[in-house]
Amino acid sequence: MSALKLERGASSHSAYDLRDYHAAGEERHTLAVIVDNEAGALARVIGLFSGRGYNIDSLTVAEVDHTGHRSRITLVTRGTPAVIEQIKAQLGRIVPVHEVHDLTVEGPSVERELGLFKVMGGGEKRVEALRISDIFRAKVVDSTLESFVFEITGTPEKLDAFADLMRPLGLAEVARTGVAALSRGR
Amino acid sequence: MSRSMTGARMVVEALRDQGVDTVFGYPGGAVLPIYDEIFQQNDIQHILVRHEQGAVHMAEGYARSTGKPGVVLVTSGPGATNAVTGLTDALLDSIPLVVLSGQVPTFMIGTDGFQEADTVGITRPCTKHNWLVKDTDSLAETLHRAFHVATSGRPGPVLVDIPKDVQFATGTYVGPKQVEPARYQPPRKGDVGAITRLAELIERAERPIFYTGGGVINSGPAASQLLTELVEATGFPVTSTLMGLGAYPGSGKNWLGMLGMHGLYEANMAMHGCDLMINLGARFDDRITGRVADFSPHSVKVHVDIDPSSINKVIRVDVPIVGDVGHVLEDLLKIWKSRGRKTNPAVKQWWAQIEQWRARKCLSYRNSDKLIKPQYAIERLEALTKGRDRYITTEVGQHQMWAAQYLHFEGPNRWMTSGGLGTMGYGLPASIGVQVAHPEALVINVAGDASWLMNMQEMGTAVQFRAPVKQFILNNERLGMVRQWQQLLHGERYSQSWSESLPDFVKLAEAFGCKGRQVSDPASLDDAIREMIDYDGPFILDVLVEKHENCFPMIPSGKPHNEMLLGDLEAAEDIGTAIQSDGAVLV
Ligand SMILES: Cc1ncc(C[n+]2csc(CCOP(=O)(O)OP(=O)(O)O)c2C)c(N)n1
Ligand SMILES: [Mg+2]
Repeated sequence: MSALKLERGASSHSAYDLRDYHAAGEERHTLAVIVDNEAGALARVIGLFSGRGYNIDSLTVAEVDHTGHRSRITLVTRGTPAVIEQIKAQLGRIVPVHEVHDLTVEGPSVERELGLFKVMGGGEKRVEALRISDIFRAKVVDSTLESFVFEITGTPEKLDAFADLMRPLGLAEVARTGVAALSRGR
Repeated sequence: MSRSMTGARMVVEALRDQGVDTVFGYPGGAVLPIYDEIFQQNDIQHILVRHEQGAVHMAEGYARSTGKPGVVLVTSGPGATNAVTGLTDALLDSIPLVVLSGQVPTFMIGTDGFQEADTVGITRPCTKHNWLVKDTDSLAETLHRAFHVATSGRPGPVLVDIPKDVQFATGTYVGPKQVEPARYQPPRKGDVGAITRLAELIERAERPIFYTGGGVINSGPAASQLLTELVEATGFPVTSTLMGLGAYPGSGKNWLGMLGMHGLYEANMAMHGCDLMINLGARFDDRITGRVADFSPHSVKVHVDIDPSSINKVIRVDVPIVGDVGHVLEDLLKIWKSRGRKTNPAVKQWWAQIEQWRARKCLSYRNSDKLIKPQYAIERLEALTKGRDRYITTEVGQHQMWAAQYLHFEGPNRWMTSGGLGTMGYGLPASIGVQVAHPEALVINVAGDASWLMNMQEMGTAVQFRAPVKQFILNNERLGMVRQWQQLLHGERYSQSWSESLPDFVKLAEAFGCKGRQVSDPASLDDAIREMIDYDGPFILDVLVEKHENCFPMIPSGKPHNEMLLGDLEAAEDIGTAIQSDGAVLV
């Protein structure tokens, strides 16, 4: 055997590296990627995921600093811990990428998504849809005699739950923004 | 100083300010303004190639042999798409290149104009970074940034796409010093704590090995010197990937030879059996690791790499050190020396073990006095060119592996081969790029018959620019490496691996206006090689070699290091069954 008796991960400086690297299970991670808002920056990020076979569950992007021309890309991805590490390292290698934050491990964070749901129908179902939307604190942003458009903001799970309930009540169309996320506190 | 000038002139100005002396290129409609500027100056020589792929490989040869970025100029559309293979090659082997392409004018982009291609879109995955320049005022800054990105951190190819109206319009030129410092500044120094950890491991290891790669070469000649110093001081064995040959001298006493799929028995066995693996600027490529699950099972692994994404990508390591190999080696030597330059006396037994592996003489082959064995041809080439100011390029195939096994490199930047992409057609243009950078040196392309044909049009370039490159073709009339795999893996069904209707290489040489010779008798080989070396101009030596020779040692795909096939020592039947179906799916 080795005379060296080195513990795995002993050289690590971050608690994150102490997680079991070989864990088989996939994890869901929310990443915030700060990029220069230049032509092709988003294509580089997306191309990385398609080219290397990584998953994207959700992606949102908008310029968040108009003077510095920085955009924030919020990405929800899945993979084993090793794959998640690779994704972050590969993102960090893209020249216009300034910062990569893994909100899933960097402390508590909040995630929100906005969804628009069109529900068609009349009679009892229409009344029920309106009642449920009230429970979810959804806003009615458009209404005709046979349809509503509800706006709802919340976690992706909340939007999923709302959609599940609306489906039997005449859910006709859904538009969702994808996740925006920020770390809590400082 | 800011000056007003056209975009086309800015290109030449920026190249001059970046210290560029040579551009490899090919003109066309979308770069005519730049060619007009090239015509009106004498500081930068332009090498007119015969195909844009050739230009990129030439620039790679230039870059690898000088350590400076290679520069390429191509037109829009087909000019740019022809450059794609070379860009991908340079990306995989971390070669700094700046490729400039012309583009249709900005107002025509998106209209499917004549010779319009989405060049930045096509080259995004095969460059380190690329830019489409939309106004002349930002051109100079973009060009300077392009050089910075290509050469900083892990080097790589970049591309700047310049629409024709941007070349014609007038704007303000800024010099490199006026460009505000780039945000892109990869760290060079490694973490001192981790380096100290490595020094401790060096003190205690019983069975250590240095596993070095192209990163040592890319770090610059000082890194190779520091490596040599460290290897000599510790007395540890050292092996290298295909890309890293020459970082430690081939004549050095601690040299085990190349490792990997066609690496030396002693190198692979030592990798398998070591207790401390020190990876310096290599990336655990699949040609190196074999079956990942069985890769060096008992070692503590240290990995020094400038690219954080290389760390833990394939092999989980125990001590990652992100930094430039040269800087890390410098710090390591300091720390290890200050702690008393200690190593474990048990390393002596390790060497005894290694000597046993060496005694297998894995590179021995059955020579012949009737046919030229390819290994013999390379051995003679080595013997007759050793000690000269020599640069070697190769194509891809068996000949490439034999060159890596039988040639010795005493210093860095003397060996240029397509490692990561394995691009047939690399060697001839690369040899021209090397020769342009080193006009007085002896530059030899060790080639296969099939690969050489892939970019043979570049002989015209060699003749035009009086680049006396030597084309040493190991002609087995086969796609030899393919044939070998078909023999070992596909029941000896030799599907399409014959080089039928080969040209007469001697007549071909004459047709291009240079000289050729064919040799098939082992007794005249030395004379033929001497003639090739002494001839004052490009030369094609067509060496007819044994057609069915296989390249050994070989780790079949999907096998671990300690299950190598050792040519002569193995009966042919064993080899046929040695490769199992789960390995056959791998390339
Ligand atoms: C552009 C390209 N196409 C195909 C291959 C696959 N390939 C690898 S080696 C080889 C045969 C090379 O034959 P030759 O140049 O004669 O060299 P030999 O193996 O006979 O020494 C082929 C087809 C490749 N590496 N590159
Ligand atoms: Mg051949």
